[in-house]
Amino acid sequence: MVATLAAAGEETPGVGRPESGPCGVLNMIEIDNVTKVYKMGDTELAALGGVTLTIADGEMVAVMGASGSGKSTLMNVLGCLDVPTSGRYILDGEDVGKLPDNRLANIRNTKIGFVFQTYNLLPRLTALGNVELALMYGDSRNRRQRAVDALERVGLGDRVKHRPTELSGGQQQRVGIARALVKNPGILLADEPTGNLDSRSGDEVMRILHELHAEGITVIIVTHETDIAEHANRTITMRDGLVVGDESHAVPSTSNGL
Amino acid sequence: MRPLDVLRTALWSLGSNKLRSGLTLLGIIIGVTAVIALMTIGRGVQQGITSRIESQGANLLFVQPGSTSSGGVSGGQGSGSSLTLEDAFALVDPVFAPSIKAVSPQIATNAQIVAGRENTNAQVIGITPEYGLVRNAVIETGRLVSSGDILANSQVAVLSASVSEELFGLLSPVGQTVRISGRQFTVVGILEDNNVGFGQSNQVLIPITTAYYRLASQRTAQGGISVQSINVEATSQEDMSTAELEIATILRLRHRITGDDDFVISSQQGLIETLNETTTALVLFLGTVAGISLFVGGIGVMNIMLVSVTERTREIGIRKAIGAKRRDILFQFITEAVILTMSGGVIGLILGLSFGPILNGRAVLGPRPIETGFSLDIAIIALVVSGAIGLLSGIYPALRAARMHPIDALRYE
Repeated sequence: MVATLAAAGEETPGVGRPESGPCGVLNMIEIDNVTKVYKMGDTELAALGGVTLTIADGEMVAVMGASGSGKSTLMNVLGCLDVPTSGRYILDGEDVGKLPDNRLANIRNTKIGFVFQTYNLLPRLTALGNVELALMYGDSRNRRQRAVDALERVGLGDRVKHRPTELSGGQQQRVGIARALVKNPGILLADEPTGNLDSRSGDEVMRILHELHAEGITVIIVTHETDIAEHANRTITMRDGLVVGDESHAVPSTSNGL
Repeated sequence: MRPLDVLRTALWSLGSNKLRSGLTLLGIIIGVTAVIALMTIGRGVQQGITSRIESQGANLLFVQPGSTSSGGVSGGQGSGSSLTLEDAFALVDPVFAPSIKAVSPQIATNAQIVAGRENTNAQVIGITPEYGLVRNAVIETGRLVSSGDILANSQVAVLSASVSEELFGLLSPVGQTVRISGRQFTVVGILEDNNVGFGQSNQVLIPITTAYYRLASQRTAQGGISVQSINVEATSQEDMSTAELEIATILRLRHRITGDDDFVISSQQGLIETLNETTTALVLFLGTVAGISLFVGGIGVMNIMLVSVTERTREIGIRKAIGAKRRDILFQFITEAVILTMSGGVIGLILGLSFGPILNGRAVLGPRPIETGFSLDIAIIALVVSGAIGLLSGIYPALRAARMHPIDALRYE
């Protein structure tokens, strides 16, 4: 399972599905012929119709597609929020396709950080409280300090006591990122992270995602904006529940992105 | 999730909707207060009855004639006239009845008592000096009937405080004369009212011989002086049953009984038990009524928890997305419900308890002062029950929350 080696480097994995490469970077995500079928009464709706994909550790991938293309469903499956109807999903060497609810929760807690389009912060908690929340359900040693560190890392060291309503959209999204990264996850899943933001805040959010990527975190961004997708070094395009395009490209440097 | 975090999260959630939490709390508080107040009052009534009965004399046995029956109609217990004064004296027997400490026979009748222009009705009881000891009769002023009075058939009377007050007001009656059924009696003492709560408190005590010869001369078929009851004090609580056996043996021998006894022995214990059964039934009934209000409070908690789960669907989704397990969500909501009901239980307990001292010794619901009795078990019951209600009413909403699918929950608007 872990044997497949990915094409090396953060910059340019091979076009298409990365095969074994020289540098020995492990695959973070391997999905094999994954389907997701929703039953609505008598009719069955295939949101994913057999997706096969490999994402190496440390990649920065954009998943593009129109609404209804299945990119959100893919995101949910990748994030262990949902289980595939069929097919295999190996995350960080572990087959997670058939795991019980509790184990999935554990994986979400330790390996995956979510960044949502609508931030999804708890309105009555402070920024610090929201970040600490992520540590509440797992290893909670040094919780306060780690949460403060995470907030400082996204540039909100002076906003820890603010509630979401007292923060701008960009700041709220940065709290969301801090909440995702405070657990030191291997993967950051961002679902339209800049969808609700003005371009300046959006650039700031993208800059932080780039930094995290540079630190070795696998970043997966779901978006329908091409200029956001250009930040990634690989773009996976989806349509009707299938992967229709998978291309790698050179990444503009972080400074260019701003 | 650490227990402290569970607790803190629950408190935070409850605190973020204070009005709603408060109103829900109120339902539980009222229920618990009602239960506690009624239970302490019920317990107080029970303790009051027990202590009043026991204040009449400890380790007391009552011997009464068996029932007569004429033409198949039973006259009821005590209607016969089989017991005599001699029977009573025969019970004072250190050899055959070592468990009997003292014996006090009595003849009672109702009569009109007149003093000057005042008159009242009272129970006139012919007694021996042992009455004071056996029945714990307390003399306020003057003296009780003496042996000399018995021998001389003296026409002396001891009035109970209530009779004295009715006839003489605040004046001291000692030395005054009263007429009982037309006969002159000199008042020699005042007896403290008995507070049994049943039977008369209007009492006049006179020598038993005087009662027999002057007021109620009833003889048995054999010609003995008939008495209505014999009060027997056993040497100790443990000797009660032995004493009962000794009394039965002596009386059976004296009455030459081969078949059914012509007397009945009853004890205070039996009386206390009977009364306790009655009051327990009453307390249970009241408790059930109060329990219903607690139950309604529990429904309120469940209702609010269901609303809260629906309202916080998104929060549940967020928590699940960042790694909360079903168990974490389950515990969170159950903890909220339990905190709600437990704190309602504590506040209700305090309120219910404070009703105790307020009501205690006051005649709120009738002429007799209410007594309250509290013990730890009531507090424990209140807390356990309110906790259990929280658990029961919280478990279904919490299960609903825990079973939510993270994606659906996150999308909920």
